[in-house]
Amino acid sequence: MAEIREIQEEIVDEFSMFEDWMQRYEYMIELGKSLEPMDEMHKTDDNIIKGCQSRVWVHANMKDDKIVFTADSDAIITKGIIAILIRAYSNQKPKAILEADTAFIDEIGLKEHLSPTRANGLVSMIKQLKNYAIAYQAKLN
Amino acid sequence: MNTPETQMKFDVERIRKDFPILQRKVNGKDLVYFDNAATSQTPQQVIDCIVDYYQNYNANIHRGVHSLSQEATDAYEQAREKIRKHFNAEKAHEIIFTSGTTHAINLVASGYSSILKAGDEVIVSALEHHSNIVPWQMLCEKTGAKLRVIPMEFDGKLNLDEYEKLLNSKTKLVFVNHVSNALGTINPIQFIIDKAHEIKAKVLIDGAQAAPHIQADVQALDVDFYTVSAHKICGPTGVGVLYGKEALLEMLPPYQGGGEMIDQVSFEKTTYAGLPHKFEAGTPNISGGIAFGAALDYMHEIGFDAIAKYEYELLVYATNRLKELDSVIIYGTEPLQKTAVLSFNFEGIHAYDVGTILDKLGIAVRTGHHCAQPIMEYYKIPGTIRASFAFYNTKSEIDNFINALKKAQQMLQ
Repeated sequence: MAEIREIQEEIVDEFSMFEDWMQRYEYMIELGKSLEPMDEMHKTDDNIIKGCQSRVWVHANMKDDKIVFTADSDAIITKGIIAILIRAYSNQKPKAILEADTAFIDEIGLKEHLSPTRANGLVSMIKQLKNYAIAYQAKLN
Repeated sequence: MNTPETQMKFDVERIRKDFPILQRKVNGKDLVYFDNAATSQTPQQVIDCIVDYYQNYNANIHRGVHSLSQEATDAYEQAREKIRKHFNAEKAHEIIFTSGTTHAINLVASGYSSILKAGDEVIVSALEHHSNIVPWQMLCEKTGAKLRVIPMEFDGKLNLDEYEKLLNSKTKLVFVNHVSNALGTINPIQFIIDKAHEIKAKVLIDGAQAAPHIQADVQALDVDFYTVSAHKICGPTGVGVLYGKEALLEMLPPYQGGGEMIDQVSFEKTTYAGLPHKFEAGTPNISGGIAFGAALDYMHEIGFDAIAKYEYELLVYATNRLKELDSVIIYGTEPLQKTAVLSFNFEGIHAYDVGTILDKLGIAVRTGHHCAQPIMEYYKIPGTIRASFAFYNTKSEIDNFINALKKAQQMLQ
């Protein structure tokens, strides 16, 4: 499995092909649509990320020494955003997730989603993924 | 030719020049501001009024012996008088300045917490904003009174038969908004007030959403309390008023303790000031209050009838154009029974996604539950797209909006 940084660069490369926001969003919507379906039993209130206007569920599972994330959202743009995050952070060791930075979000032209006050809660999503990493890391120690 | 009719023509282009913000671009596109039900934009006249206050006569009111303080006090009290006149209250001291509608509602709810008893009943409507639900829930928890709810119908209107059935000798208070913020429904408040008065219950009408569209006459309505926020009616944020009948305001205990609201203070006993100061503890939003008056002047210059007529035209136009689109679901009543609000969804598309695409195209709408979750629960939806129009919006903006919606549909389907 590639390192988080490598995957992030790959995503940035893909997005750099687009000329305007509309193409970027269309691609993001595509990513959302092709996100691996989440097990319905994991769509619980406990797995909902607070602070989002749309509902976003994230579930984490430890497989060998790596965290596997699954997610879903009832809004397709939000689902696209979480799909991008999962692509970068899923199947990675907790320590790597904790150390990874999020600058690539800015580079793919989604900076506006990074505002902590934005209702879609990209910041909350990243925080949630990192919280899982903290929890699993603590178990390993 | 200058016939009376052409003179009467609503000159929206001239009006738009009063609003500097309407000239700006958002995401590289001309701003189309359709979130007026959340807050209205501010005309230059009101902005100037705020600047003038801070540049020329900023001082604390009702206290100083000096000239600036007197000028500020006069301007503030003149604003109160303008507001009194606008709502046709009998007395200026029946107008209490607050930080807005939510504050005004909490003031009344808090006051009644020492008056209501266990077993009393309080009625709210299913169409309320959370700010007209939660304070009454808190009041009921505190007093042991029971909260009853007037149910809504599918077309966004209240079920008045059920309302009449809820009324009984235990009913002490009724709270309904004049206009629903999520759907724009204009509620039959005269009927609601009259029926409540038959059993001697008091009525508070939340006028926040009605204020920019309908000029309420509190004496004609015989309403007990009426609340508004300045920022919905071209005024600044952080200021609003509570109208209350004098006898009721006299009866309610003060809401907050502090400066200005006292008559005499000693550590043994404090006696309270008379109305309206009893409810105006601390230094108020002075420039805001004065600018609220200026906002009303501005609105009256255009004329509430002219505004209502023009907004209705916009609403009908927008409704018809929206109906041209595929799989659109519009919530609420037909244009005649609501203010200029379109609350809608597209089948299978989340409101949030549409709002995001519209924003990229420079169009500001509200998406979500609009702080009215019980309504969303009724329709079994997470939220709606709400476009709310003001008298400075145009049909060509609506055309832009429809084109943007088509684009959003294409992208999201």
